[in-house]
Amino acid sequence: MQLEELKNKLQQEVSKAEFPREHAIDVLYALQNHYGYLCDEAMADASWILGMTLLELEELATFYDFLYRRPVGRHILHVCDGVVCWMYHQYSLLDHLCRKLGVGPGQTTEDGLFTVLPAGCVGNCHQAPAMLVNGRFYGGLTPEKIDTILDDLRVSHEELAVCR
Amino acid sequence: MNAPFSPILLRNRRPDGPVPFDEYRANGGYEALLATVGKRDPGEVQAMVLEANLRGRGGAGFPAGRKWQSVPKGHKGPKFVLPNTDEMEPGSFKDRILVGADPHMVIEGVLLCAYAVGAEHGIFFVRPSYEMDAELMERELEIARSAGFLGRNILGSGFDFDMVVHRSAGRYICGEASAQINAISGLRPNPRKGGPRMAVSGLWGRPTVVNNVETLACLPGIVQNGPQWFKNLARTPTGSGSKLYSVCGPVARPECYELPMGTPLREILFEHAGGMLPGRTFKACLPGGASTSFLPARHLDVPMDFDALKAIGQRLGTGCIIVFDEETCLVGATLNMIDFFARESCGWCTPCREGLPFIRNILYQIESGQGREEHIGMLRQMGHHMRHAYCALAPGAAAPLLGLLDFFEDEVREHIRHRSCPFGAVAPTPRGKPCAPGPVTFGPTPCREGLSCRI
Ligand code: SF4
Repeated sequence: MQLEELKNKLQQEVSKAEFPREHAIDVLYALQNHYGYLCDEAMADASWILGMTLLELEELATFYDFLYRRPVGRHILHVCDGVVCWMYHQYSLLDHLCRKLGVGPGQTTEDGLFTVLPAGCVGNCHQAPAMLVNGRFYGGLTPEKIDTILDDLRVSHEELAVCR
Repeated sequence: MNAPFSPILLRNRRPDGPVPFDEYRANGGYEALLATVGKRDPGEVQAMVLEANLRGRGGAGFPAGRKWQSVPKGHKGPKFVLPNTDEMEPGSFKDRILVGADPHMVIEGVLLCAYAVGAEHGIFFVRPSYEMDAELMERELEIARSAGFLGRNILGSGFDFDMVVHRSAGRYICGEASAQINAISGLRPNPRKGGPRMAVSGLWGRPTVVNNVETLACLPGIVQNGPQWFKNLARTPTGSGSKLYSVCGPVARPECYELPMGTPLREILFEHAGGMLPGRTFKACLPGGASTSFLPARHLDVPMDFDALKAIGQRLGTGCIIVFDEETCLVGATLNMIDFFARESCGWCTPCREGLPFIRNILYQIESGQGREEHIGMLRQMGHHMRHAYCALAPGAAAPLLGLLDFFEDEVREHIRHRSCPFGAVAPTPRGKPCAPGPVTFGPTPCREGLSCRI
């Protein structure tokens, strides 16, 4: 969808709502998907659509785990560092992932493919250690499994999840 | 020997996905609703729930019926029900299992609650990691709507209620009821003064009931079979109903189990969850998620219900049990959890915002061999200070710390005496990572420049 079309569509939805602010996160998600992350233009658009100030939106964009105020890669790896995954040597998996990709946590690979983010519990504790790839669960991870997942993602053309 | 227990909440659970609407109906689903809307007085439903002694399964254990009683009667304008499924506490995954197993039982529960308090709107708040639940719920809500169970004039009774899915962008604090209200309102989700006040003035200043989804899913059973039936499900005299106990850590079958409320911890771990993994020995567990205290082996026979745990100075919390074995460093585990809570602090009040990083840094020093004897007293004092925080996040964070000091002080001392972690490696804090790519080393200070968990 072209940007103008998207903005008008979002604006129409918001103006129909009884409580427009209820759509703040939805609008930020939609713009994030369009721009790739919440760049200044995306924030300005959100402000126009929602009638909220930039400061109010900044409070949201910098608070949440799945809103990105900085550029991110095509695939986002939320690696669980909750205590259960930690017990299953999650630390070494995160370490493995970072070494393999040559990035630190929070960074994006040079080719723009992967961003590694440590995450709070992802709700897959019975299959620890776990991570989310573009919002999808992967459990029972080992360094070998991670390598395979990364190789698959390098060639994958899947549509990205809404809240990647 | 107790009679075998048949699950109630997970009775329709299947290995291959959620129970579809038709099958739920065929198994007696929505019968409680049919017998209620337009036939029973809402007050009667409230009285049943009060009598059944249904206590909140989200962690606080507050009686659901009492919460509902605070909702003003005859209030003009909409009221809200928020079925709370926003679990992000390490070790907790029971609500995800429940929603994924039987979404219509949850929907029917929400409807019964809405009928009892006279609410018109429901908002199903879902965190982004559970996106599949959001999609599932949207689909199943539409099915329920087409069947006449949601929307205007439900089943011709004059009762109007509809529900939407609200996608969150993900933070632990959003599970706190008042913070969730702010989150839905497009505000930064700091907690507000909660409790009964929300029942009067919650979302958009309207009466709002926030209940955990497991709590709400108990309602069809209570309404259909009566309060006494529900009470009799429990194994303890003051407990009632069944309970979802999720178990994780080094046990043979980590899973979510539905058992009678008050099932002894030993039975849950060693019968249902299959005991410890081969070669591992039980050292401690957190009985109700990361915001409860460590429980040493001598308490293994405690019945897992609100009152029995309270009697030994513990909390049932969510009933999500995290097991630790003898090989696991509990200082490292506590450090990990404190770091999680410090990261998830909303930053609103000083004890939490400043206190948790302070505690984390002391724990890191102990874990990395720089601990001093006086650190133990400092930790204890700081742990108790968390009571002065604005919401329950900070005292919850202090619970495993105080448990560590109460039951495993020797282990902490050993770290200090030997100037190293007796378990070998230094347990890393999750966030103390370097800014530049290269070998990953760990330190206690969160990186504020560019690299963090949020970008
Ligand atoms: S205790 Fe923590 S999470 Fe709660 S209001 Fe204070 S800073 Fe926020």
